[in-house]
Order: sequence, then C-alpha cells, then structure tokens
Amino acid sequence: MKASLYLATATAALVSFSAFAADKTVTIASWGGSYQEAQSKALFEPAAEATGVVVKQETYGGMSDVRLQVQTGAVTLDIVASGSGSASRAAAEGLLEELDYDLIDVSTFYPTLKMKHCVGGDVFSTVYAWNTETFGDAGPQSWADFWDVEKFPGKRAYRGKVSGALEPALMADGVAPEDVYKVLGSEEGIERAIDKIRELKPHIDVFWTSGAQHAQLMKDGEVDMSSGWNGRFDNAAKDGAKVQYSFNQALLDYDCFAIPKGAPNKDTAMAFLAEISKAEYQANLPKYITYGPTNKAAYDLGTIDETVAKALPSHPDNAALQLPVDIEWYAKWETIASEMYQEMLTE
Amino acid sequence: MAVAVDSSALKQIDASDMHEEGLKRDAQYERLALLGLCSPALLLVMIVLIVPVGWLFFVSFIGADGQFSLENYERMINRKSYRRILYTTFEVSVLTTVICICIGYPFAYFLSQLPRRAANLCLIAVLLPFWTSLLVRTYAWLVLLQKRGLVNEWAIGMGLWDEPIKIVHNMTGTLIGMAHIMLPFLILPVYSSMKAIDRDYLKAASNLGASPVRAFWTVFFPLSLPGLFAGSLIVFVLCLGFFVTPAVLGGGKVIMVSMKIASNIELFVNWGAASALGVVLLVLTIALLWIAARFVRLERLVGGH
Repeated sequence: MKASLYLATATAALVSFSAFAADKTVTIASWGGSYQEAQSKALFEPAAEATGVVVKQETYGGMSDVRLQVQTGAVTLDIVASGSGSASRAAAEGLLEELDYDLIDVSTFYPTLKMKHCVGGDVFSTVYAWNTETFGDAGPQSWADFWDVEKFPGKRAYRGKVSGALEPALMADGVAPEDVYKVLGSEEGIERAIDKIRELKPHIDVFWTSGAQHAQLMKDGEVDMSSGWNGRFDNAAKDGAKVQYSFNQALLDYDCFAIPKGAPNKDTAMAFLAEISKAEYQANLPKYITYGPTNKAAYDLGTIDETVAKALPSHPDNAALQLPVDIEWYAKWETIASEMYQEMLTE
Repeated sequence: MAVAVDSSALKQIDASDMHEEGLKRDAQYERLALLGLCSPALLLVMIVLIVPVGWLFFVSFIGADGQFSLENYERMINRKSYRRILYTTFEVSVLTTVICICIGYPFAYFLSQLPRRAANLCLIAVLLPFWTSLLVRTYAWLVLLQKRGLVNEWAIGMGLWDEPIKIVHNMTGTLIGMAHIMLPFLILPVYSSMKAIDRDYLKAASNLGASPVRAFWTVFFPLSLPGLFAGSLIVFVLCLGFFVTPAVLGGGKVIMVSMKIASNIELFVNWGAASALGVVLLVLTIALLWIAARFVRLERLVGGH
C-alpha cells in the first residue's frame, strides 16, 4: 500500500515535470560532427541555460527529412540548421515557417545573410586544402592550381554533389569570379564546368559527400588535395592533420536556422532563434570552429581576438578574396545541374 | 518413408470406418482455423507490403506539378546515368554473390565436415561480425584498406609491393566490404542444407566405386544446391538495395540505385523521381528472379529429382 503510494507520488511528480518541460522544449537538428559540437557549445547550451528552454539535439539528413515530416503531418523538429541554398528551395516549396523578425533582431546582421524563412547562423567557405607534407606551405593558390596536375601532382578529393562544385571548375577554366554565375546561366555553361571536372577526374580519387569525410581524407593522408569546408579543415588541423587552405577564389556561403512548418513548439523555437542570433552567442562560435558570425555586432564585443577574426571567412580581408554563392542560381538550376553532374560521375 | 505412408493409411481406414462426414467437417474446420491463424500475417503483409508498393507505383506517375505524368520515367530514359547506375547495381550484386559463393560454399562444406562442437564454434565466428553494426564494419574496412591503412603498410613492410595500391574508394573496396557483410547470409542456408544431407548416400557412392571427388560432384553437390540457391538469392537481393557500404567504400564513384534514390529525394520537390527508380529496380529484380527460377526448375528436371 505504502509502496504504491510512493509510486503514485513519483509518477505524479514525473508527469508534472514532463508537462513543465514540454512547455519549453525545442528539438534542434543539425549536421553532426565537429560542426554541431561547435554550435552546441557556443549557441545551444548557453542559450538553453539563459532561457530555461530544454534543448534536444538531433542530427538529420537535410531538407528531405523536413519535407517528409511536413507532408505526413508528423513534425518533430522545431529548428533545423541548413545550407542557405537548400533552405531557400525548401522555403519556396512551403516547408518552412516564416520567421518573425520583430522578435529576432537582425538589425546588425549582414543584410545578405538572412531570408524570410531562414536566419543566418554562420558564414563558411568552400576552399581548396592541401597536404602540407606533400606540398609544404607553397600549396595551390587558385582553382587553376588545384587543376594543375603537373605543378601539383597528387590525388584529389572533390565534392560528389553539384553544390559548390561547378564554380571552382569555371574559375579554373579562366572565367573571372564575377562572371561565373553568368556563364552558369545556361546548360552549355554548366556543361563547360562539368567538362572541366571530367578533365581532372582521373586524378580525383574520392568524390566526397560529407564534411566529416573530406576532413578525414586529409587527416589520413588518403588524398593530397581536397575541396571542402574551411572549418572542417581547421578542426582536422587541430587534431594533427597536415592540412592548410587558402581563401583566394573560395566560395563564400552561409548556414542558417529555420523552423519547419507546423513545428510542435513553434513559439519557443522562434524565441530561441532570437536568443542564439544575438551577438554574444555568435561571438563564441569561432572558439570551436572557424566559421564567422552573421551578426556584425559580434566583432565589436571583443570576444573574438584579432588572430581568430583574421582567419574567419567573413573577415573583410578574406571576404574580399571570395565569390559569394548565388542562392538564386541554385533555386533555378540545381536540379538540372545535379542530373548533369551525375552523368559525369557515373561515366 | 514407407512406414509413414503405412501409418497414415491405417489412420484413414480407421477414420472412414467411423464418420466420413465428420472427418470432412473436421478438415474444413482445420483449414479455416489455419487461415484464421495466418490472417494476422496476411494482414501484415497486406498493410506493410502490398499497400505501400502499390502506393509507390502510384506516386511514381506523379510529376513535379502534382499531375499524372510519365516524366519520372522519361528522365530515366533520357539520362544515360540512370542506365549506368542500374548496371552498376546489378554488376556489384552479381559480383558480390559470386565472391560469397566462392568463399562461402567451401567454408560451409568445411563446417559440415567438422564434429558438432567445433562446427558450432566456427558458426559463432561466422555470426559474431553479424552482430556488429554494419556501419562500424564498413568503416573498419576503410581503415584497413586505405592508402596508409593496415593492409598497405603491412604489405609494404613485408616487401609484397612498393607503392600503396588502391584497394578502397573504388569497385574493389566496395566488393570486399560487401562480400564480408553478406557472407553469413550465404553460409548459413548452405550449411544447414549440407547438414541435412544423409552421409549414407556418400558411403553408398563410394561403395559403388566412386572416387571422393566423383561422389562429391554427383551426389553431395546436387543435394546442397537448394541451400546454395536460397543463400545466393538472399545475398543478391539484399545487395541490390545496399547503401552504406558502396557509399563509404566506393569513393563516390560506385553509385548504386539506393544512393540515387536518396539523392533524388533530396533534389526533387516530389517523391515521384525517387519512386520511379524504386519501381524500376523492383520490376527488374522480379523479372530476373522469375528467369532464374525457371532455370532452377529446369535444372531440377535435368537432375532427375
């Protein structure tokens, strides 16, 4: 009798606790690896502490997961981290909630680093990295060098998907960075870029499909050169990998946070996004991964020291060297370009 | 055999002496009861197999605009990459099956010859990797096979070859990984069919003057074929849908249907593009198995069962 009473009390306590927790819970999905770890330490955990919101973290497979959840009406994710291009396509498809910019303060954001449905979280670059054991410090300094197998003999790794794969090929083919998207604006232009990759293909050992993969490839010395995301290479270098990269002709892109349509805790999610978009959180991100803040005010807080700031993709000196990714081009051409890219991969 | 027939015949005589009508009713009742017993299974198959596959067919004919359309199939005809991906899928599956047969059949034969206790120990060795996550095993192969992996380092250290050879991030690596993962699926059915073969047949064969080799090929091998066929079938069909291993060990160049299905789900707004690929794979597989089944039946006829 007594035991059952205890049990009842315990159950009641548990129920009331979970009821309380359910009020202020957000489930966040991101890409895992050192990237999500950095987000977790700089953004999610401190913001959870400050707001009392219980944060559940998951990894996910991208916007196709969101589409599945939204179309079947079983949405479990409240916030998803996404690349800017896929977020804009998902928004056009109606998979995302419109963000409340009265609540989320973006007045000090770079104006291009947010959309109606997705607020920028970090700025990253698609760069070429090289093995310093093979090439020393004098690695490739342009995409043309990346393509030059005589000057830089060795095995390459390159992106296995079309996003971020065509622009470098055109630059290697002599197209000026500012003309890249003009040339890509037709099937002939896309074919020209793909032909350039065909040319390099015998030297490409691996077509990578994830950031963890290209970091590991460089770390293991499996390839001598790879395209990839700068933060992953930096973290691999911190782990002892002999890897270096350059921002010259790199692609400047950003990740953002979105709320799937019909998210179970939409309001909490909105408030949570407002919190993690604040400069003081964003300023901590570079401590864990070399991705820059989207909120300019983060630079003014003094949290990011000068040497770290200079290594960030969004630092003005670095940004000037790079080609900003054109999200509109992706919205229009990605599907077609991807099918053409697949032709090249399967040859 | 003969004894069994006798006893059932006896029973029948007994029964017909009593109530032929009642027996019929009993048989009918039993059939109904059996049907009742398997109805949950039938229902489950209906719900989890037939309905979704039907839905898959339906969805594959829906175009990007949400209307009925053949565009998902047209794309597969117009783009050469789809044909190549299907070819790769069948190529990898056939080769993996062949490798599994070459390694698994002799191994199962060896097992079947061992005393029970030793055989059980060996079986555990076969099953043990089975309980490890597929992903872990696949990554383990990556560690072993890569340029500075264990295999290359040892071989170079022992002077087998001078430069690291390429055994991963290509077809070779994919086949090594897949054959390793699929091996138990072949060994287990082959082993159990071998265990069921009566040793007296072999003794009879040698008694009639057959050499051990002759006895194996004319008596043992044909009797083990059903198990071999079942095992190969399981391996082959499972291979067709493989995703992780080719994705990790293929270096992005060995692209199988499942990987293309995944990228189509990501890329296209509607599910049709991916569904159509699933449908084509399903239809091709059924066609292939149907043809294979005809051959096997033919073989049985020739074998004179």
